[in-house]
Amino acid sequence: MKPVFYERLGETVYQETLPNGLEIRVVPKPDHAKKYAFFATRYGGMDTRFQLNGQWLDTPAGIAHYLEHKMFDTQEGNALQELAKNGAEPNAFTSNAMTGYYFDSTDHFEENLEILLSFVSIPYFTQESVAKEQGIIGQEIRMIEDNPDWQLYVRMLRALYSANTARGSIAGTVESISHITAETLYDCHRAFYTPSNMILTVVGSVDPVQVADLARRILPQEGGPSIPRDYGQEPEAVAERETRLAMEVSSPQFLTGFKCRPVLEGEDRLRAMVLGDMACDLLLGESSPLYQRLYAQGLINASFGGEFELIPGAAYFYAGGESRDPRAVAAEIQREADRLVREGLDGGFFQQVLRANFGSNLRGLNSFENIAVSLTEGYFGGYDPFRFPQVFEAVTQEDVLSFLRENVTADRAVLSEIVPKEA
Amino acid sequence: MTRTQLASGVYLTYLPANKFKTSLLSAQFVVPLRWETASANALLSAILRRGTVSCPDMGALSAKLDKLYGARIDGTVRKKGEAQCVGFVASLIDDSFAPGGERLLEPAATLLGELICHPVTRDGLFLEEYFESEKTNLIDAIRSILNDKRTYADSRLLQEMCTGEPYGIPRLGNEQITAALHPQLLYSAYQELIATSRLEVFYSGSASLSRVEDALRAALADLPRGAVEAPPATQPHVLPEEPRVLTERLDVTQGKLGMGFSCGSGDHAALLLGNTLFGGSSNSKLFLNVREKLSLCYYASSLYHRQKGLITVSSGIEFENYQKAYDEILSQLSAVQTGDLESWELEAARSTLLNAYTSMGDSQGKLENFWIGQTATGRDESPETLAEQVRSVTLERILQAMDTVKLDTVYFLQGKEAEA
Repeated sequence: MKPVFYERLGETVYQETLPNGLEIRVVPKPDHAKKYAFFATRYGGMDTRFQLNGQWLDTPAGIAHYLEHKMFDTQEGNALQELAKNGAEPNAFTSNAMTGYYFDSTDHFEENLEILLSFVSIPYFTQESVAKEQGIIGQEIRMIEDNPDWQLYVRMLRALYSANTARGSIAGTVESISHITAETLYDCHRAFYTPSNMILTVVGSVDPVQVADLARRILPQEGGPSIPRDYGQEPEAVAERETRLAMEVSSPQFLTGFKCRPVLEGEDRLRAMVLGDMACDLLLGESSPLYQRLYAQGLINASFGGEFELIPGAAYFYAGGESRDPRAVAAEIQREADRLVREGLDGGFFQQVLRANFGSNLRGLNSFENIAVSLTEGYFGGYDPFRFPQVFEAVTQEDVLSFLRENVTADRAVLSEIVPKEA
Repeated sequence: MTRTQLASGVYLTYLPANKFKTSLLSAQFVVPLRWETASANALLSAILRRGTVSCPDMGALSAKLDKLYGARIDGTVRKKGEAQCVGFVASLIDDSFAPGGERLLEPAATLLGELICHPVTRDGLFLEEYFESEKTNLIDAIRSILNDKRTYADSRLLQEMCTGEPYGIPRLGNEQITAALHPQLLYSAYQELIATSRLEVFYSGSASLSRVEDALRAALADLPRGAVEAPPATQPHVLPEEPRVLTERLDVTQGKLGMGFSCGSGDHAALLLGNTLFGGSSNSKLFLNVREKLSLCYYASSLYHRQKGLITVSSGIEFENYQKAYDEILSQLSAVQTGDLESWELEAARSTLLNAYTSMGDSQGKLENFWIGQTATGRDESPETLAEQVRSVTLERILQAMDTVKLDTVYFLQGKEAEA
């Protein structure tokens, strides 16, 4: 395996691409007892329409997440239990664009890695086992439906996008998952769980060569074809300006979202992420004049914050939290973005925020989970996330202003609100 | 781990480590959890975070933190046993990663000391505008527990179960008491807090012990010290004669069933393992039966409250499955009590706990939380010692300890449409 040393981060990453197309990354962490493995496929909640063997398939919303639940079933029983028996803490998640399976353990690492690679690559479900999961996932859906943060976020995405498949809920609905069959699950596994669509990342005190050898031994020899996906033809305009829901909550909450230009794969994506974070902090981060003013006016509290997200074919910037007057805050955000674009940034403040952002990115490298997920996103997005110090150095005030000028505009904005239910 | 005394009632827990990108520095006042003071202390951690004499507002404070490469200082309010811990946790990048080779520990410690000892004041009180705004925020925070129904249900169960005991007091106190706070009262609460309560300081990072001690002694030089109270001892829980059952209705789509149990035994390691078998992992009886076998829920888990000797179960279910879930949870408890276990279950539970203790040293946040919990409740076992105890527990001890686990309180949150 080939090591790359990142001097400013004090990290080394070993990399290899196996003949079957599987990518491997190993980040040694001497002095740590914990070892962490993350095995991910480039397949998530948005990939509901795709081409398999020349045919376009439309699959039910929530299927990637359903598949994630069912992958733990093995012919012998259940991989979750096998891993937990060794003291490992296994779990998995499905996001818009990926499904990741992982565990951390201090003992029996190789045995655990073998279990992980096996159960994710060998599907085993029956009509009964698929049906049984309806109850469990049904309760997961009910749980998130009662969650105001989730409602705000999903409703914001629905307001931003009219066609992009990211507008659907990753878990689907109780209705949509009722159409999932063992056969469709096998189809999806065949399409997306091929070594050439996947990446294995290991963080911890392990031997990189042994990791690669194990992957070579356990996983299929053949890769798979690249699968065309259809995320929908998204117009530039937002789907709806405002959306509002009454729920059993203590105070109003909101998110204001901005539909940004999609960013192509490659280092541009890392640059866009750095720019998005910088723009967010300069515009409305805790050090910003806007944050301090709104906080002093009692219009926001510590729950207020913002973020920039990139998903395949789409990008959005959003901010929000609890507020007694969401409309006023949304209007202030817009006004402040306009002011910055008109008057420019304060040079000292820009340097200060740049410094702080470098520090928080560095802090992120304490977390094994975070390292593995960013390396995975980087691989899927065609960039090296550990190059962030270089990217930070190259960012200029003008870059940030262009980001705000292009993206944070009234015609790209939506407002999602949750208000307390009248007693 | 090294523990030293910095001043009267001020202790440092020092954990050297070179493996992190950051250093963590925490300073926590440890006080008895009481209705009369809980909200005032919670408010103090927020109001002190608003400004110091040298950085009198949020802008000046955050500029200072940004310049320390995005250092963070968060106000914290936690419940540990029947103690309330209030203070600050600072995280800063380790000196070795500072691009300019600057020393970051000293300025961060100084700022931490200023937040505690030199808040911005006017006429001998906190600034009126900070007081009003943080009081409103605290009331909002107390109310917002309702927003996450799982947390809400878990906290309602504990409150009901431990009515009249400090353990039943939420870490932020309540809305009525917060609403009654006024500037004079809060300022005297501040003076009392910093003069009379134990201060526990925690450090994890690459600096030497003497450097950390020097930085902290200088930073806390102005801390007034009077007669310092010892951390409170936890009162034993009183089991009611009959289990109490409480139902509440809210407009929700999923029901929440919480069940609280009281543990008569003091064999912590045995109860910890017993709880892991019952509902403490994805290998537990609750996970495998209530979720996987009967598909009744997405989550059903149990938590052992070591300091108070309680076990609480938390689950999300369809309203109409109440009885089914209730019966199944009790029948799984009884399976653990009678030793109805498959051969692998005990070893799996044991390795789950050992994994958690062994990997704790890899997270500064977990280490801080663990050690503050230990010191606030007058304990000193290290994670390694606790792991050793878990290793030596026998099945017999688990059965004996779990046999003392009795149903105490049931809490059920159901929807409004069920009223018809």
